[in-house]
Amino acid sequence: MNLFVEFIVSALIIIGGVFLLVGSLGMIKLPELMSRLHGPTKATTLGIGSALFASVVYFAFSGNFSIHEVLIVFFLFMTAPITAHFVSKAYLHEQNRADKLPPTGRNCGWATFDPAPGHEEAATQDPADKRG
Amino acid sequence: MIEFALMFGFFAVSVSLLLNLWRLAQGPTVMDRVIAVDTMVINAIALIIYYGIYHGTTVYFEAALLFAMFGFISTVAYCRFVLRGDVIE
Repeated sequence: MNLFVEFIVSALIIIGGVFLLVGSLGMIKLPELMSRLHGPTKATTLGIGSALFASVVYFAFSGNFSIHEVLIVFFLFMTAPITAHFVSKAYLHEQNRADKLPPTGRNCGWATFDPAPGHEEAATQDPADKRG
Repeated sequence: MIEFALMFGFFAVSVSLLLNLWRLAQGPTVMDRVIAVDTMVINAIALIIYYGIYHGTTVYFEAALLFAMFGFISTVAYCRFVLRGDVIE
């Protein structure tokens, strides 16, 4: 493995570590959950992305190329937005802040609190809220 | 050169795990703790990958993939429990 490849791998490892550290630092420093969500998503995309890309480059140039890292990157990039969306929805629901939210500007409300457009009847026929 | 970069990477990821642990213990709401666990899983995946580079073996990537899948599933299950009061309806 020549010096150039070593330089690339080291730079990618350091970039990944720095972004993971920054993401976790944002979890500590930012004031509330909606802004705290910002940190871990950066850690997932940039931190894990460059760490796994460093691994791909390292193993490709040391002889045993493997495709597993690409699989992990693909899975994490697909699931990170879903996780952030679910967490913010659950936070809105838990804080019960329907009156504090700004208006949506449409004839349907926020998705966490109001039924989807066209599903109002189905929502009213649902059994009572299971949280009691 | 890669060894020094890996030492820095281990240090950064370990500090990140400690910061997440602090948020997990301190977090004011339930969702703070959920997202702290999710970020801890992300950091654990990075730690496993760095360990694999350090030892020059690709054996650990299956473990990293399993961590990724179970982290996602546990986060979604927690959020769904908070949202609906039930995981599978």
